Amino acid sequence: MPIAISEKTIKREFIEKIASLSGQDINRCFQCGTCGGACPMSGEMDAMPRRIIRMAQLGLEEAVSETRTCWICASCHSCTVNCPRGIDLARVMEAIRLLTLRKNENMVEPSKMPAETVKEMPQIAMVSCFRKLTS
Amino acid sequence: MSNHECECATVQQIATGDRAILPKGAKTIPVYVMGKKYEVPETLTIMKAMEYAGFKFLRGAGCRGGICGACPTVYRKEGDYKLHFGLACQTVVEPNMYLAQIPFYPANRASYDIETIEPVAESIHALYPELFRCVACNNCTKACPMGVQVLDYISAIKQGDIARAAHLSFDCIQCGMCASRCMGELPQYHIAQLVRRIYGKYIQPKAEHLRKRVEEIESGKYDATLEKLQKMGKDELEKLYKEREREPDMAPLGTWMPQDTQYL
Amino acid sequence: MKVAYYPGCTLKTKAKNLEDAALASMKALGVELEELNRWNCCGAVHSLADDDLIHHVAPVRDLVRAMEQGSDKVVTLCSMCYNSLARANLIMRDDEVKRKTINDFMDEEEDYHGEVEVVHFLNFLRDEVGFDTIRAKVKYPLNGLKVATYYGCTLARPRNVAIEPPGGTRLMTDFLDAVGATPVKFADAFTCCGSYQIIANPENAVNVAAGILDCAAKAGAEALVLSCPLCEFNLAKKQGDMIQSGKISKGLPIFYFTQLLAAALGLGKEACRFDLNDKCSVEILKSKNLAMEAVAGIA
Ligand code: SF4
Ligand code: SF4
Ligand code: SF4
Ligand code: SF4
Ligand code: FES
Repeated sequence: MPIAISEKTIKREFIEKIASLSGQDINRCFQCGTCGGACPMSGEMDAMPRRIIRMAQLGLEEAVSETRTCWICASCHSCTVNCPRGIDLARVMEAIRLLTLRKNENMVEPSKMPAETVKEMPQIAMVSCFRKLTS
Repeated sequence: MSNHECECATVQQIATGDRAILPKGAKTIPVYVMGKKYEVPETLTIMKAMEYAGFKFLRGAGCRGGICGACPTVYRKEGDYKLHFGLACQTVVEPNMYLAQIPFYPANRASYDIETIEPVAESIHALYPELFRCVACNNCTKACPMGVQVLDYISAIKQGDIARAAHLSFDCIQCGMCASRCMGELPQYHIAQLVRRIYGKYIQPKAEHLRKRVEEIESGKYDATLEKLQKMGKDELEKLYKEREREPDMAPLGTWMPQDTQYL
Repeated sequence: MKVAYYPGCTLKTKAKNLEDAALASMKALGVELEELNRWNCCGAVHSLADDDLIHHVAPVRDLVRAMEQGSDKVVTLCSMCYNSLARANLIMRDDEVKRKTINDFMDEEEDYHGEVEVVHFLNFLRDEVGFDTIRAKVKYPLNGLKVATYYGCTLARPRNVAIEPPGGTRLMTDFLDAVGATPVKFADAFTCCGSYQIIANPENAVNVAAGILDCAAKAGAEALVLSCPLCEFNLAKKQGDMIQSGKISKGLPIFYFTQLLAAALGLGKEACRFDLNDKCSVEILKSKNLAMEAVAGIA
């Protein structure tokens, strides 16, 4: 799907916020796609990590927030260790998540989890999930 | 001013369980209640000082003895970033305290049937999954006016150690200050209460003498005595109460016996 | 030898087999693991945002506890605990600004500067106990058991906390060799198991986990060894669902590495805790006449 880019779509603060939260220079990305190739969850993502980076470079905040990529990411760091340009993409994913989570929004609702699920889950699953996906 | 002094003197006489007794010639000091300055006598507790200043406690006061948890106060000292916490009925005012009462703080409370609950950690986890949002910031422990190691009991619950959590949280008086400061939005004290209920009902060894006593009561051993008491008038009851035999405060354990042993 | 030990929450409930086998094996090898007497959750995942320091506090507090106990080293079993403790430790050691902010926030604790070294149990076995010592003490070698060496993410990434140089599987290979099993290399040794997405997006996570099992089976493995209770949940506890939905054709036995150690040392049921593993794990040991005492009587 083509994405229109204009003065109006480019959100400067979004670009800056991603840079400051992640500590990464996303302009270094040359769109090789290695990250998606290394990503175990890419088969389940609606936009490849490479595409997310491109959209972020262009300040397309809305387009990024319409994808589910950062919420499917498992913070496995495969992309990070494989990027030929040394970008720590796992940090970029976290920055994108935080832009939503810091508005007091949850992506999983602890209170709505079925009792059976909580009972069977190892504690580290609960802790990590809540840390990455709740506000 | 003289009016006030006389009021305090009256208060002093009827106060029970309140350590703050106004000495003769006590000075007044400034405190700030919700931002407004009041001059109150030093050595009063926060609760007494607020009443002295004209506040009336409709809620947020209960036992006045440091045990019901109704009266938590949060305060800062002048020029200091640090938050302090205390019970209004126990904490003595200091000059230039900036304080507010927090009689209630909303905290999630799960409903469960203690009769049918499975006494394992997983039951607690399922009722309070937000447990796993704790970030170990320790704000709860810092906020607890009872000096309870709140983070430690939360950790014990996460680790599935019900006994340890029950013991660590034993001094909790359910004031809610921990929940008010929690980064993970946990209702620590409600979770701990569930833990102690499960521990008491299913895990802790039962006291043999308690079982015996309950049996005695149920068999009707004390019915006649109770009936006698119920029929007594006020004066008679008062007399009986005042003349009751009491164990001396510092009596070494197991050395004291009442004269009248018919109830033992 | 006495060593400070950080267990982690899951080992006290859902992953008793990981811990029990480790403690019993250490006893058999003459090493005393001393559990920290106060500890909290490690945080499980490392916070990746530059301004988010509060989420480093949990692991740092545990490191302070280890320091208080007078240890310069703390050993962990769970991969996630290892990863989060080790990464927080590097921040406290190397980042002056963040260290100060975190120490200032934790004004009720001793200042910490990375004094304690975080060591994963596999490294501890290799460097402090020695694989040769283990080999000499093995009573029932796991002869003929073909085991895939699975690291997952947290033992291997990021590089500055990897338990061995990137891409290598020497450590697990040598370990399996010491206990007499046959190590099997496979392409998904470092592929993520789906991690916490098992809660948020279970279908996706299960797909990823099924791929790993399939890859191991195709590489000729009869079992898979790991050190993380979340990997174990996704790769073992979810196998029933995977078989039912046709994502895998048959179960693959999954073991914690500590269980294989305990079994090879000839320890019994109470130590190995195979009763907490899947049926197929017990069956494969029985069918190969391995760890007979440890699996006797487990249905
Ligand atoms: S960290 Fe996230 S985006 Fe990167 S490879 Fe892992 S799952 Fe994919
Ligand atoms: S691997 Fe690195 S350079 Fe290549 S597309 Fe991904 S982020 Fe860009
Ligand atoms: S644990 Fe919480 S509710 Fe209980 S006394 Fe302490 S602050 Fe109050
Ligand atoms: S205040 Fe909340 S998040 Fe912080 S340590 Fe206590 S329970 Fe955990
Ligand atoms: S009024 Fe009960 S604790 Fe203060």
